[in-house]
Amino acid sequence: MLSKEEVKNIALLARIGIKDKEIDRYRKDLSAILDFFCELESVATDDVEPIGHITGTTGAARADVTVAFGDAGVRDILKNVPELKNGFIKVKSVF
Amino acid sequence: MIRDLHNQLVAGEVTATKLAEQYLRAIEEKDGDIGAYLTTLRTQALEAASLVDARLARGESIDLLAGIPGAIKDNICVAGVRATAGSKILDNYIAPYDATVIEKLKARGAVIVGKTNMDEFAMGSSTESSAYRKTKNPVDTERVPGGSSGGSAAAVAAGEAVWSLGSDTGGSIRQPASFCGLVGLKPTYGRVSRFGLIAMASSLDQIGPFGTSVEDVAIVFSRIAGSDAHDATTAESGNGKPFEDYLTGDIRGLSIGVPKEYFSDTLDPRVRAAADQAIERFKELGATIKEISLPHSIYALAVYYILMPSEVSSNLARFDGIKYGLRVNDAEDSMAGTSTLLETYLDTRRVGFGAEVKRRVMLGTYALSAGYYDAYYKKAQKVRALIRQDFEAAFEDVDLIFSPTTPEPAFRFGEKGDDPLKMYLSDIYTVTANLAGVPAISFPMGTIAEDGKELPLGGQLMGRWFDEETVLRAADAFEKQTAKK
Repeated sequence: MLSKEEVKNIALLARIGIKDKEIDRYRKDLSAILDFFCELESVATDDVEPIGHITGTTGAARADVTVAFGDAGVRDILKNVPELKNGFIKVKSVF
Repeated sequence: MIRDLHNQLVAGEVTATKLAEQYLRAIEEKDGDIGAYLTTLRTQALEAASLVDARLARGESIDLLAGIPGAIKDNICVAGVRATAGSKILDNYIAPYDATVIEKLKARGAVIVGKTNMDEFAMGSSTESSAYRKTKNPVDTERVPGGSSGGSAAAVAAGEAVWSLGSDTGGSIRQPASFCGLVGLKPTYGRVSRFGLIAMASSLDQIGPFGTSVEDVAIVFSRIAGSDAHDATTAESGNGKPFEDYLTGDIRGLSIGVPKEYFSDTLDPRVRAAADQAIERFKELGATIKEISLPHSIYALAVYYILMPSEVSSNLARFDGIKYGLRVNDAEDSMAGTSTLLETYLDTRRVGFGAEVKRRVMLGTYALSAGYYDAYYKKAQKVRALIRQDFEAAFEDVDLIFSPTTPEPAFRFGEKGDDPLKMYLSDIYTVTANLAGVPAISFPMGTIAEDGKELPLGGQLMGRWFDEETVLRAADAFEKQTAKK
């Protein structure tokens, strides 16, 4: 079973605020799912290469060109920004 | 159905505008109860329809799909239209561009009547985890339509759209198709562009169609398939012949494998009986049935529930309250207690995400974290390679693989409670196709009587990579044979 501290740390890494009263629920749910994964331990995989792309496609190249969205496009994108100031995205200080 | 409507349009028996109005009215009348839609697109639909009518009036030819009303899952971007992905965190998000599949459909004159409900970020098997509304199964409104593309399935099953698009990461097209008595196709990974699809698990996600017949699904699929410079995982394939032209009804000589792992003693005897009957029907059609083994498929669910949340945790990092979507600042009961960027992240994601999304993001974060990566993610990618090898070996022997789509018919609301593992078991037959990347279709194979209702049950056919032709041809032959009975 995951400890309270582990759950708090995972939540912080995941950038999800959780309340103290929720911690036990997450301990239970996440631990049950992690236990379910244990069945993979018995599969012999020492000589197996982990899979990359499933249909075997390797990197695809294309020309590195800018596609202009135009002024209207820029407006459409900025319309979705929660807080703007002078045309810039406003955020809180990092520290 | 699409071909019939197309013929009526060309013969002038109906106009695209009338057709659009008819379906918009059906939405108005039925959707209060069914709950398939999150957004209805009356103006856009009537505009698209009038363009088709104008072409017809000029005596020009139109595409098979032109003027035929369809619905789009709300995690696929349509320019200028809200795209929520079923989440409150994208409540006010207006897509600034068309997904590639939408661009392609619009170019053919398709009429989009609305955006459909879904489990939040496509995480769920019942559409119950939508942040917006409950979607009912039109066959029995006491039951779920399946998920995560439950709205797209319900819209077609209720006659509120002729066709629809969903997305399938672990069964999210096939399971609702099975529950609602429809045909649903998950294409080969890389067959359909994911550009403009709000990503869940990028190595598993594919967009695919729903319809009331295999031909309808083939018609829509032909029009969305193909490589795309905006999605580097797409591949050029096929010879350009439309998939609907492969539906000959003839499957003599095809070899269909039945994996013994999918027919364990715990399988519901009613589902087994329906599957046995379907196998008999394939034999009547001249196909050879062979028992095969996919030995690693018993690990598929565990592999899936490691890889998918890992990719989810990475993909959903973008929903941070900065560039778009919900931002929660200075929440009353703020967690962090400081006025920093970290607080914006923590509060926005705490308020904006639902329970299942948080669970999966946290699970994935844990699986990818230092010290656990090898034990979980890397191990799962190795077992995934073994699952793929199982399929490679099987397809040397057989052309298709048959199984039930789901271990049970549609369940009741709340029946799976809030036990995540119980809900995850709904995906047991469908996740392997996503892990192996192969195409898979669900088609109606029978019904199970419960509470005086005939609940539909889907059969699943999986095919070789990029061999949708054979998958569609066999499902179509089955459908035609069933219609004769």
